[in-house]
Amino acid sequence: MQSSSASLSYDYSVAKLFTYTMVIFGIIGMLVGVLLAFQMAWPAFNLTGILGDYGEFVAFGRLRPLHTNGIIYGFMLSGIWAAWYYISQRVLKISFNEYPFLKALGYIHFWLYVLILALAVVTLFAGLTQNKEYIELIWPIDLLIVVLWVVWGLHMWGAIGVRREKSLYISLWYFIATFLAIAMLYITNNLQIPTIVSGYGSIFNSVSMYSGTNDGLIQWWWGHNAVAFVFTSAVIALVYYFMPKEAGAPVYSYKLSLYSFWSLMFVYLWAGGHHLIYSTVPDWMQTMGSVFSVVLILPSWGTAINFLLTLRGQWHQVTTNPIIKMLILASVFYMFSTLEGPIQSIKSVNALAHFTDWIVGHVHDGVLGWVCFSVMAATYHMVPRMYGRKLYSAKLIDIQFWIQTTGIVLYFTSMWIAGITQGLMWRAVDDYGNLLYSFISTVEALHPYYIIRGVGGALYFVGFLIFVWNVIKSITSGDKVEKEPVAATPISAN
Amino acid sequence: MFHWLEKHPFFFAVFLFLTIAFAGLVEIIPGFAQASRPIVGLEPYTILQLAGKNVYLKENCNACHSQLIRPFKSETDRYGHFSLSGEFAYDRPFTWGSKRTGPDLARVGNYRTTDWHEGHMKDPQGVVNGSIMPPYPWLFNKIADIDTAYAEALTVKLVFNTPYSPDQLPDNDLASAKRIALTEARAIVDNMKDPAVKAAYERGEVSEIVALIAYLNSRQ
Repeated sequence: MQSSSASLSYDYSVAKLFTYTMVIFGIIGMLVGVLLAFQMAWPAFNLTGILGDYGEFVAFGRLRPLHTNGIIYGFMLSGIWAAWYYISQRVLKISFNEYPFLKALGYIHFWLYVLILALAVVTLFAGLTQNKEYIELIWPIDLLIVVLWVVWGLHMWGAIGVRREKSLYISLWYFIATFLAIAMLYITNNLQIPTIVSGYGSIFNSVSMYSGTNDGLIQWWWGHNAVAFVFTSAVIALVYYFMPKEAGAPVYSYKLSLYSFWSLMFVYLWAGGHHLIYSTVPDWMQTMGSVFSVVLILPSWGTAINFLLTLRGQWHQVTTNPIIKMLILASVFYMFSTLEGPIQSIKSVNALAHFTDWIVGHVHDGVLGWVCFSVMAATYHMVPRMYGRKLYSAKLIDIQFWIQTTGIVLYFTSMWIAGITQGLMWRAVDDYGNLLYSFISTVEALHPYYIIRGVGGALYFVGFLIFVWNVIKSITSGDKVEKEPVAATPISAN
Repeated sequence: MFHWLEKHPFFFAVFLFLTIAFAGLVEIIPGFAQASRPIVGLEPYTILQLAGKNVYLKENCNACHSQLIRPFKSETDRYGHFSLSGEFAYDRPFTWGSKRTGPDLARVGNYRTTDWHEGHMKDPQGVVNGSIMPPYPWLFNKIADIDTAYAEALTVKLVFNTPYSPDQLPDNDLASAKRIALTEARAIVDNMKDPAVKAAYERGEVSEIVALIAYLNSRQ
């Protein structure tokens, strides 16, 4: 075991490529999201009046999976993989320059990913879908995705195999968890039979191996855990690396990270059942989903507290380092979101919240506040080191931070009010026990909140464009960094 | 033990995988066989209804409409009897949805007519004032994919023993299957006004909207 990491020149070629797709799909995914928000406020934004029969390509139903897939798998996974190709060399004390095999795998990984993204966009626009949430892509693309995952796995285990650092750093635990859990869940939920086996019809059509209640069960066992192992465990991997690096301080507690990790891994899958409360799955399963969702607060908060306490003695950096500020906000939103989720999983609350916009609000405070802020902070940390240039402007980060934070607050407050209003109106009865409202009056009541949500989403998108501008300017015209600084990110004076 | 695992990635991964997989095994396996049993009298989807279901899935109707009536008085008053597991035995994939931007459709066949659906898909706001649903004009001009619906019915019969009778589903006889679907579509087309739909039917084709309405009518 040698520990001469200082002499290693890291290879960032693949990390840079994934950074580009992260930016591109961030823009596409969020732009579509803003359009969807305004479609719900004003249905004229479906543009059917103008486009007529071609309106199918921009109708809400078609665009919605483009938004979710674009954000989860286009934007988020790109961010995770950019970070993987950056972090893994550093915590394993290797350089991909030393191993052409790993470098080649990285390129294969990237280009296969780009191919899949392109196919995904085309097929979703065309309405080719197996129609299960967050796993819409048709079976031929699913097979490519399995190959893609195997390629990433080969890269991961190859890199771990040749490591100089004997012990696996915390971030790697979470990367391995993402790899294993998604592989298991994705394949299980995707077991399909292409109907072309009958010799007739479209080659792209398939039927699920599971029917009805079982299909619902498998779907939400997966669906919740796309959140768990893409939006959570992989993002924790990022923050466990970038928070201490950026702060110049060690992780607060190794033990806390250990307990949080193993308990999160054990508890998370149970919680999938909370999507099925009051459905036709057995009652004990619904209760399990509910109880374990509440238990989930412990590992989630353990992790977040570990992040925040890493800053002990470093809190003054909040005023000087906007990246630290973003990471703190992300951690706080993680705590907030992992408290909100369990509350929604309590049966009586779920009876009110399920099927309403409160759920949409919950997803978005997690995704906008925790996931996207973490990825942007990670990018701000990586860019100066990957390109050897200072960040273009600290002031822009600050402006972006406040615009986006305002956007998130508008988003979740409006969706809370909308969801709870809707839930209460659905169940409201008059003195004789008759339903008080027609369904359409519950829709009309939400109009103002949909407008506020659209504005909030648009603000967040504007902030993201500022982020993109700042990254591009940093890459092209930031001041050169002579030597990589140990802790804080190099930021230009302007 | 954990320090040791962190130095042995292979065993780390095995131990981790078991930890993650445990919940799935406990939750999924016990009730699996029972939950797939159909309720008494449940018929598999006809070819026309399957074609309509595929339109429903393609346009992602379940992004805004649920098909799961929860056992609350407010829901059964609004939509009808609460949902039973066995009602979904032939639903591949399931169509419960996760959001109600519009009302539940699990029993929409009991209280909406073909005529209502036709007007609603053309101009939702004209039928339901204040609706935020977009119109779906292309469903009136596109032709439903009966071939694929036939393929799907054959596949589920072959692989999952879905109980189709020979007069519902002729084996290896696409032409007969199409005739059956056309006969079924007749009643719906007769109740519709759209000239393009009627013209397509005269040519021996079924418009997407007709298949979709056949599917929606089957929800009861």
